[in-house]
Order: sequence, then structure tokens, then C-alpha cells
Amino acid sequence: MALKPENIMDLTIGPIAFFWTAGQVAEFYRAVAQGPASRVVIGEWVCSKRLPFWQPEIPTAVNCLLAAGKEVALSTLALITLKRERRQTEDLLDTGLPVEIADLSALHHLPEGAPFWVGPTVNVYNEGTLDWLARRGATRICLPPELPLASVAKLAAAGRAAGVAVEVWGHGRAPLAISGRCYHARLHDRAKDSCQFVCAEDPDGRTVETLDGRRFLTVNGVQTLGHAHTTVAGQIAALEAAGVSSIRLSPQTGDFTALTGFYADLLASPRPDAQEALRRLMPGAELAQGFLDGRAGVAGA
Amino acid sequence: MMELVCPAGTPASLRAAVDAGAHAVYCGFADETNARNFPGLNFSRLELAEGVAYAHARGTKVMVAINTFPRAGEQALWHRAVADAETAGADAVILADLGLIAHAAETHPHLRLHLSVQAAAANPDAINFYARTFGIRRVVLPRVLSVEEITAINREIDVETEVFVFGGLCVMAEGRCSLSSYATGLSPNMNGVCSPASHVAYAEAAGQQEARLGGFLIHRTPKGAPAPYPTLCKGCFTSDDGKGNRQTGHIFEDPASLDATHLIPALQKAGVRALKIEGRQRSRAYVAQVVRAFRAAVEAAGRGEPMPEGLLAKLTEGQAATTGAYAKTWR
Repeated sequence: MALKPENIMDLTIGPIAFFWTAGQVAEFYRAVAQGPASRVVIGEWVCSKRLPFWQPEIPTAVNCLLAAGKEVALSTLALITLKRERRQTEDLLDTGLPVEIADLSALHHLPEGAPFWVGPTVNVYNEGTLDWLARRGATRICLPPELPLASVAKLAAAGRAAGVAVEVWGHGRAPLAISGRCYHARLHDRAKDSCQFVCAEDPDGRTVETLDGRRFLTVNGVQTLGHAHTTVAGQIAALEAAGVSSIRLSPQTGDFTALTGFYADLLASPRPDAQEALRRLMPGAELAQGFLDGRAGVAGA
Repeated sequence: MMELVCPAGTPASLRAAVDAGAHAVYCGFADETNARNFPGLNFSRLELAEGVAYAHARGTKVMVAINTFPRAGEQALWHRAVADAETAGADAVILADLGLIAHAAETHPHLRLHLSVQAAAANPDAINFYARTFGIRRVVLPRVLSVEEITAINREIDVETEVFVFGGLCVMAEGRCSLSSYATGLSPNMNGVCSPASHVAYAEAAGQQEARLGGFLIHRTPKGAPAPYPTLCKGCFTSDDGKGNRQTGHIFEDPASLDATHLIPALQKAGVRALKIEGRQRSRAYVAQVVRAFRAAVEAAGRGEPMPEGLLAKLTEGQAATTGAYAKTWR
């Protein structure tokens, strides 16, 4: 008889990083609702200017996901500066759904003790920060992608002790930076205020190459991501042993249903050839796993 | 008069800044607890105590930056840095990590806490959160804000604000950038370094000088021309719009440094309490020159006079300068 593993991880779908049409968003969440993920974080994470274009889809998607038995949280923006953005953050708290904070300033609006989740763009690097957030009401924390496994293990242990589920960046272009400046607009010789929503042309972000033509980074409005797809496919057993409770998949175009299915199967039965199998699923894509290894984040398997 | 906060990478720079008229200097310990963890820089415990004595004897304050994010399992190193800064007589510590701030507020109730730019508190809600929860007395504003926004922030908060006016410029929200660790494995948040020299390689090819960071080619300059240091966000890149239009250039920011000299009166009007000069890695001669020039500028601003012309002409000669996010069009 097989022994029951101590820790079985599950899947979280992160917020859509890119500017997708309302139709794409609706279709995406209909598929996610039928998929194997346990929970979904939804909301505009990168640029408040995009939100009016797809906001009406959010209640429909949330209802559909809840009806399918998923846990759902609403994400704040990763960088909140404008008055309008502060108001939007406050409004999220009135919906009755859990909020995932992507910028610490959201804590100013959260009533003491109210439960919340913490996203990967909040700096949780150590037990002191994790414990403080737990006391403040955090119930789930997705760690920053740049953390090495040694730190992840210590934080997962601290999370268990404090009653916080600890999650890691499982698959997708890793968010590396956020700025006041819109690089998409800059590439089109425009300022952020007159961007004409050019980021909509690149539903997986716009590739940035080095001077000798190596694909290196991805520009997504005010956000910069890696170009390679960060993946923990080769490190599932290590994460499970470390006590991580969930891995986060970041929405991308292409067959996301197949991708989610791939990771669900992998969690059920880890396989030594996981990276090769993932490569077959995403032909031509570069895969990176350096952060978790404690190497350069871009480093591959 | 606004307070002038000046960099002290070494004891010699500290004395130079104090002698040149700094109202305050900031420095760090020689380890990973500060965001300028470069070889040959920073202070031992004894050097800090001596520096504090030198500064205090001349009416200058000393602030200690402990502004990286403590490593899980090794928080004691950062806790000790806070305790030792207080013991040495520091006037304030500059912190970024939530857990470390909570620790300092709880165990060092008499120590003045400043919120580092690395905490990226970019709106009044964030600042009020840190002020009300931990008693933070001053916030160093991230370089993503315009002067108008800084004015608006000051109307909604009760703590002092400090802004950068000169030196190196981050174009990303500080403390929230992993570009360096993506390319090199070493990051500002974890290791106190960005685009570290240990990962820079120069080469010559076809009469051009090439600069790589972590193996990525991000600068190519004609032989003999000045070659900028290959900092990732100021690198030269290529991008294709998918319709055959390729662009090559500084996609994030030009290799420019921040010079907000002519905005000093506007920043004063915006309610800013202190002006900060970047550059703990710079020579003491540079520090002395910049501090003298900026002391004259804040005094002129205090008297309501225009900024002295050609204030820093020699220092910025041949270098591109920008006012960064302070001008809204920068975005």
C-alpha cells in the first residue's frame, strides 16, 4: 500500500498580467472554472487604465468560478499611486470576497484582523514579515519569485506555524519590476497618459532582446517580466518536501487548459521528465528555474 | 531650510560631507544589511561610533541605512545592525522590510525610524500605514512620483518626506525590482547590489566595445568613446513590434543620472523636509563638491532666491541628466 504523502500541493491561478479583451477574459475564466485549479485570483494587477475595458466581466467570472467550487480572491494593483487607484483598492474590500494585496498600501484600508491574501509583488523575505502579516490577518502568501528554495522552506515552515498557506510562483513569466513609466507607450514614442492602449497588441507582453538578439525580457506596460517562462516543473518534489501548499500558474495565451492539466497531473504524480514534457507542450518556449535554485533567475534546467 | 542628507560610503566621505556642510549623512554597515554592499565601502561598528562623534561635534546628524530585506533564518544579522546603530548613537535608522520595522518599533522604542526608498511607499495610504502602525517619522519617497503628486501626498500625511535630488536613478519602483537577480542571481533586496561589477564583462568586437551583464550584451559603443556602466535598466536593447518594425535603444531609461537641482524651490513648496543625494559609492572629493553646491542651493531656496547657475556644471559635464518622474511627461 502506498503511503499517503504528508503534503499535497494544489494549484492557484494568478491574476491576468496582460491587457486582454473582455471576450478573451470571459472565455479564459469559463475554461478555468472547468479545470483542476483550487483557487483563482482575479482583477487588474498592472495598470488601472485597462480596468474599465474588462471590469464588467469580473462579476460574471467570479460567480462562474464560485459555482464551480473554486476559492476566489480579488487582486489589488501592484503599484497604487493615483487617487482613483486608492479608491478602487478601498472598493475591493466592500465586495465580500477575500482580497489579495499586491501593494502593501492596501493594508491601510483593511480592517484589523480581516483575512486577506498576499501576492508575489509584496516583499515577504523572512519570518518576521510573514509573522507580522499573519497576525494582521494574512491567510495565504505567494512568495516573491526571486526567493531561493532555502528561504522558501524556512518561510513555509513559519507559515505552517502561523496558520498561513505558503505558495510559490509555479509557472509563467516572472514579474521582475514595476515602474511609474509605461515602457509599452515609450516604445511607441508616447507617454503613459496618451498610451492609446498599445499594450493590447501584445497579449503575452512585448519581447525585449539583447543587442546580439537573445530574447531576454518582456515589457507589459509599466511591468517588466522575464522572457523565459519560469517553471517549477522540475522541483515539485522539493517544494512538497519543503511544505509549500500551492503553486501559482500565471495566465498566458495558448492552450492554458492543457498547461493547467499538465501541472495538475504533475502534482498527482511527479515525473523525472517533467521539463521535457513541458517543452513538448510549449514548443520553442524557453524555460527557467534559476531563482529557486539560488542561481540567476533566467538560468534553465 | 530643507535638510540636506548626504552619502557617506566611508569614514573619509563622512568627514568630507560633514565639513562641506551636510545637515545629515547616511551610511551603512559593511555587510548585506545595506543596499550599497560594495567591496571597500561602509562602516565597522567602531568606525560608525567614531563617525557619529565627528558628525555630532559639528552639528550633523547620522542616519544608518539597514535597508535590504533580511534573509529567512538569518534575521539576527539585521536585528543586530539596528541595535548596534542605536548603541553607536545614530539619529535614525532607515529601514525597508516590514518585519524589521516591526521588530525595531517594538524593541527600540526610542530609535527614530525612517522608511527607506526601498519600501516603495508611493501613496498616502502606504505612508500613513507605516506611520500609524510603527511610528515611522520620515519617508524617503520612491522615484515614481511627480512634484504635483508629492505636494498632494504631503497634504495627506503627518510625517516628513525626503526625496532624491541628485545621483543615480532607479527607473523601477525601488525595492520591488528583481531584474538584477534575474540576470545575475544577485539582487538589491537580498544582497544589497544591483547589476554587480562581478558579473560585468567587457570585450572588443569589430572595432566596438561591448559590455555584458551576466552574459547579456546590453551596451555597444565605438572604441574610445565613453562606455556607460552596464546597469540593466539603462541598457540598450532591441524590440520588434511583431509587424517587422524593430527598434533599438534604451527601452527603459537612457544612461542618465538624476539632477533635480532646478526643482529644489518646487520641492520646498511641495512641503518636502529633506533632500537626499545618492552616491555612497562615490569618492570623498565628489561628495565634498556636491554637498557644498547643494548646501548653497538649499540656503538660496530657504531665502526664496533662484538656484545658483551652473551649480554642478563640472560634475555633470558630458553626462546625460534627467529630472526623472518629477516631471509628469517622463512616464
